[in-house]
Amino acid sequence: MALTRPVRTVWDIPREERFAPGHAMCQGCGAAIIMRHLMKVVGKDAIIVMATGCVEVTTTLFPRTSWLNPWLHLAFENAGAAASGVEAALKVLRRKGVIDGSRRVKVVAIAGDGGSFDIGLQSLSGMLERGHDVMFVVYDNEAYMNTGIQRSSATPYGAWTTTTPVGKRWRGEWRPKKDIIGIALAHRIPYVATANPAYPTDMVEKFRRAFEIEGPSLVHVLSPCTPGWRIPTEKTIEVARLAVQTGVWVLLEVVNGRPRVTVKVPRRKHVRHYLRLQGRFRHLTDEEIERIQKMVDQYVEEINRWVGEQAIGPVAE
Amino acid sequence: MEQLRYSRVPELRGWRDVPIAGIVPWPGSTAENRMHAWRTFRPVIDPEKCVRCRLCWVYCPDGAIVELDKPYTTRSGRTYKVTYEVNYDYCKGCGICANECPVKAIRMVPEVR
Repeated sequence: MALTRPVRTVWDIPREERFAPGHAMCQGCGAAIIMRHLMKVVGKDAIIVMATGCVEVTTTLFPRTSWLNPWLHLAFENAGAAASGVEAALKVLRRKGVIDGSRRVKVVAIAGDGGSFDIGLQSLSGMLERGHDVMFVVYDNEAYMNTGIQRSSATPYGAWTTTTPVGKRWRGEWRPKKDIIGIALAHRIPYVATANPAYPTDMVEKFRRAFEIEGPSLVHVLSPCTPGWRIPTEKTIEVARLAVQTGVWVLLEVVNGRPRVTVKVPRRKHVRHYLRLQGRFRHLTDEEIERIQKMVDQYVEEINRWVGEQAIGPVAE
Repeated sequence: MEQLRYSRVPELRGWRDVPIAGIVPWPGSTAENRMHAWRTFRPVIDPEKCVRCRLCWVYCPDGAIVELDKPYTTRSGRTYKVTYEVNYDYCKGCGICANECPVKAIRMVPEVR
C-alpha cells in the first residue's frame, strides 16, 4: 500500500521500515536516507529496477539483500530500458488476467548520477519518450563514488575528483554540471522534481506525487557522499541543507510543465559557506569562489525568471 | 510497534544450495548483519532533554533509531507518548542524529573496549 495522504509534517511519514538495516553503505550516507524514505512511500506495490551504483552494490551483497520488494539488478546503462520492459510485461499480465487489474503496481527505477546522467542517459531518454508508467529516482552524489570518486557529468564546477585532480594546471573539474531536469523536461513528461534529504517532508511528498502520477516521472535527489565530498560523517544533512540555503540546489517541482519552487529561500547565503565545508573544494581560492558565486547567481536568476517570482532571494551573507 | 519480519538466510554449504540464477529469495536479510563494529562513537539519547521532534529518526541512514510506543514522563512532569531508542546492532556511529538534534539531547560517547 503506497502512501496516499499528503505529507505535511514529519509525523506523516510511515513508521514501517521497508528498507532493512545492516546494509554496507558508508557511515552518514545520504543515499541511505533517501532509500529509506523512498521505500516508506512506495510500500509493497512497487517493483524496484536498479542500475549499478553505490546503493546497488552495498545493499545486495550475496546472499543477502536489504530490499523487501521485487528487485532487479541491472548494468549501468539499462535501468530505463529494463524498467520499460517490466512495465510493458505488467500491462500484458493485467490484460491476460494473470494479475488483478484493479491492483496498482508501479515500476520504480533507481539510478545514481552515472546510471542516469552519463551511461544510462539513452535508455532513460527512451523510457521518458515512450511514456512508460515508471517513476525514475536519480540519487545524485556528483561523481562515481562507488568505483572511487571519478568525475561524472554531474560533478559541479571546481570539484576535486580522482580524474580531475588539483595541481599546477588543473584546478579540479572545469565543466559545469549537466542539467538533467532540462533534459527530462524536453521530453514533456508529467512530473519532474528535485529533492533534498535535508528537507524530508518535501522529499517524501515529491516521492508520493511522482509515484501517484500516471506516466513517467523523474525525481532528482541530491545525495551527499561523505568519502567523496570529503566531509565529516555527521555533516551530511548540514551540507545538503546549505546547498538549498545558498541556492546551489533549488527545490523545484514541475507538474505538466508548470514550475514551482517548493522551498523558497528569501535571503540566500553566500556559496562560500557550502564550499568551505567540503574537502573536495578545499583548493579553491577566493576568486574561484566568486566565479562559482556568479554561476549560482545566474542559475538563480534563470529559475526566478522561469517560475515568475522572486523564489530565491538575493545574497545576504 | 509494527515490526516487519525480515527473513533469514539458510546455511549455504555448496553450489547446490545456491538458488538457480543466483536470485536472492530472502527479502530484508541484511538485517542479520551486525554493524556495531563500524562504530567509534555511540549515540546516547537523554530522554529527559528529548522533545520528541522525530528528526533523529528521520535523518538516520541506517534506521537505527527506533520509535517505540512507550509513554515517558520527564522529571518536570511532561508526558510523551513515544520514546526514541538506539538499536546498537545497526548504528554505525555517523553522528548525524547528534549533529541535527535541535535540543542537543544526543551525546556521542566513545566506545571503550
